[in-house]
Amino acid sequence: MPKVTSLEDLRRIKEQASDLTSARSKGKVRVIVGMGTCGIAAGAREVMQAVLAELDKRGLKDVSVETTGCIGMCQQEPLLDIIRPGEPRITYGNLSAADVPRIVAEHLVNGNVVEEKVIGRAD
Amino acid sequence: MLDDLSQHILDIAENSVAAGASRVDVLLAEEDDRGFRVLEIRDNGRGMDAEMVRRVTDPFVTSRTTRRVGLGIPFLKQAAELAGGSFSIESVPGSGTCLRAAFRAGWIDCPPLGDLPATVVTLFAGYPDIRWVFRFSCGERSFEVDQKEILEIVEDPELMRTPPVASWLRDFVREGLEEMRTGGEVRAQSNES
Repeated sequence: MPKVTSLEDLRRIKEQASDLTSARSKGKVRVIVGMGTCGIAAGAREVMQAVLAELDKRGLKDVSVETTGCIGMCQQEPLLDIIRPGEPRITYGNLSAADVPRIVAEHLVNGNVVEEKVIGRAD
Repeated sequence: MLDDLSQHILDIAENSVAAGASRVDVLLAEEDDRGFRVLEIRDNGRGMDAEMVRRVTDPFVTSRTTRRVGLGIPFLKQAAELAGGSFSIESVPGSGTCLRAAFRAGWIDCPPLGDLPATVVTLFAGYPDIRWVFRFSCGERSFEVDQKEILEIVEDPELMRTPPVASWLRDFVREGLEEMRTGGEVRAQSNES
């Protein structure tokens, strides 16, 4: 079978991706996943993959997915922060990939914090 | 402990990022001609002096004030030693660090490769401004992913953080690795059909 995914495909996808970040200077939601040794060992990479897959599935606009190093809450990894414009930064902890669709749907899309998974918030 | 090499790569690469590298080369030979699985990570970050190099491999000497040092390097060193291999770090202050771990490919303690595409995607999306160059090899065949080549197409590094590009990259790496491993045979079949 010839290779299915090529750099040519990327040229096409680029247009689609550019549309998704059309107004990214303002109103962008940030999703930040802790990716220190502690996070990686606890499954942070799988959480990040789940975030990307869920956003892709929903075709959500103006969301950026970022990573950060160890922030000293290793026992609660994997950690995921969501920052919606003008709202407090919410930190979720003890996550698994299975928690991601719910957090994306309830918090990222609808703006309702999933309280039972919250371990911190900061203005 | 980390489960597999893809997790070790992700973890060690974070050190390169913390060292301010603008280019990181990751070489992974699944099995070389001497029967070793070899991982090499080379960066152009700020590097370490000899004393620091000695300290980063020892988890009990690590001090809390040196934030770029933790359990990551000792974990990888231990994994290499458990698998009948070797581990080394060379570093030149001001010019970069090269870390190399080898494992006996056939040993029961040789770490599995793990989800390599997920590691590539995580690093490209996490640090879109760094030039990541991954070269995987399996016997004579190899497969390379160079952030520069992808950036030339997408133009804006921020697009690396978008789900469509991340999803494309994951498929691109997965298929590239499959093609590398099964290479000639798969191609021959497709020519016949």
